Amino acid sequence: MSAVQALLKRRPSTLRVLSASGQLGYGIPHKALAAGLARNPDFIGCDMGSVDPGPAYLGSGEMATSPAVTRGDLADVLTAARRLNIPLIIGTAGTSGAGPHLDATLDMIRSIAAEHNLHFRLASIRADLKADRVIQALNANVLVPLGGDLSVSAQDLRASAHIVGQMGCAPFEQALALEPDVIIAGRACDTAVFASIPKMLGFNMANVMHMAKIIECTSICCEPGGRDAMLATLDANGFELESMNTDRRATPLSVAAHSLYEQADPVSFTEPDGTLKVDTATYRALDDRRTYVSGATWQDATHTTIKVEASMLVGHRAVLLAGTADPRVIQKLPELIATVESTTRALVPGEYQIYPRLYGIDGVYPQQNRNVSTSTRESFILIEVIAQTPDLALAAAKTFKQFLLHQGFNGRQCTGGNLAFPFTPPELAAGKAYRFSAYHVMPAADHRDLFPVTIETL
Amino acid sequence: MTQLQDLATVIRSKNAGPLTLSLDLMFPSEESYQIALRSKSLTAEAIGRLYDTAPEKISITSYDAARAIKIAMPRKIVSGSPGDRDVYGAQQHVPLLGLEL
Repeated sequence: MSAVQALLKRRPSTLRVLSASGQLGYGIPHKALAAGLARNPDFIGCDMGSVDPGPAYLGSGEMATSPAVTRGDLADVLTAARRLNIPLIIGTAGTSGAGPHLDATLDMIRSIAAEHNLHFRLASIRADLKADRVIQALNANVLVPLGGDLSVSAQDLRASAHIVGQMGCAPFEQALALEPDVIIAGRACDTAVFASIPKMLGFNMANVMHMAKIIECTSICCEPGGRDAMLATLDANGFELESMNTDRRATPLSVAAHSLYEQADPVSFTEPDGTLKVDTATYRALDDRRTYVSGATWQDATHTTIKVEASMLVGHRAVLLAGTADPRVIQKLPELIATVESTTRALVPGEYQIYPRLYGIDGVYPQQNRNVSTSTRESFILIEVIAQTPDLALAAAKTFKQFLLHQGFNGRQCTGGNLAFPFTPPELAAGKAYRFSAYHVMPAADHRDLFPVTIETL
Repeated sequence: MTQLQDLATVIRSKNAGPLTLSLDLMFPSEESYQIALRSKSLTAEAIGRLYDTAPEKISITSYDAARAIKIAMPRKIVSGSPGDRDVYGAQQHVPLLGLEL
């Protein structure tokens, strides 16, 4: 009997949900995971990705996490779930949840299964969208940027390296109907990873979604926050939250505050399956490190919408890293950078963009008037070049380096050189550069066909 | 006058997706929360001047259960696009620190 079949047969009236990792692949704190497993959870959920790390991973198909650490994390949760015969659900496989990320994650799962002699039913859900499907929404004028400005064209969508849709609960429910032991999904809502099983079991959706929203980040909702496994216990009226690290306290205030995290609106959350509102929720301390939550509201979506994420190549990146501590160089730095950019462009022909960031001056915040404070003791200089070929990007960075090193200016005393290089070569090829080409929402009446589910027996 | 950094326990920024910057303010007491809620320095107009953003593009929401105020606005550069300086948006709160309430 598969883990999902066993859970359906038991139909527990209270459901213990263990969130093992909010971003699988960086190492799962072992002590808290073991403490969580000792509480006999009904299933384990893990989020494995995010859009936070920028467009590079969705574009390249690479994971943000190291393969060795990722495999170790997957082995920890897979062997635990199989030992307890409980379902394991992992969402947004391999950082971005496109085909290459999902395939790499599935390969790791198969290899861990072989190594530990584990046999189980493995469901996988793909999240790649065809450019034509998104262009159809674009042409129908129903592709809407999510929360800001990002113009999108059919050409950009066709040129995108990967396009994914973010699945809600429905594809997971399709996978659960196949009675698997393990589900690995491509790009997915964090909530769907934790909400699909309780939804299947008939728990109240407002509590289910609110619980899912909070525990997908593990113990970040605690005081102090952290990455340790988190246990939620759902019952007919609400849910209880407890960190599996005894040093972390889930207090009414810390849990309520978590609803602000990485959200534009702290009280209303729109998901593919509906809208969660937490303004009526109550948070009650059970003791100094457990909180009971109830009272949110849920409205089922009248029509399903899907978030679309796409990333496209913009060129090849090279970077120059250097420092300076000479007060006269620092004072003149913005001017020197502008002069050396002109020299570089005269000497290295071709199309490329140069993005200087002068830490200590304007590394984080661009200064319109470039007034350099004389109190800046040292400055770190990062010159980023993006060109159509790696060779051209590196060529521009190399010439920039040499001319900035020796650029003269009035009052210059440091005629040995303007820069301190931390190592050589100080100019480095930094691989392909990407940008988000879509971060939009589109209506998707066909959402059940967009996320194909397959099952295999290992 | 009090500066925001002397009143709030949390002043943080982070992307809410690659197109949106979100800023969170959390307060240690009902009293400090109420001071912030009433402050003319925390209106869409005032924040718009600080972040060089049109007020109608700025949303400000409060959440009493968390004694928190959320400010959201479009990012100037989409996260990770060429020229970005803060991919996660985690250092965009600094202009708020010295805000006089």
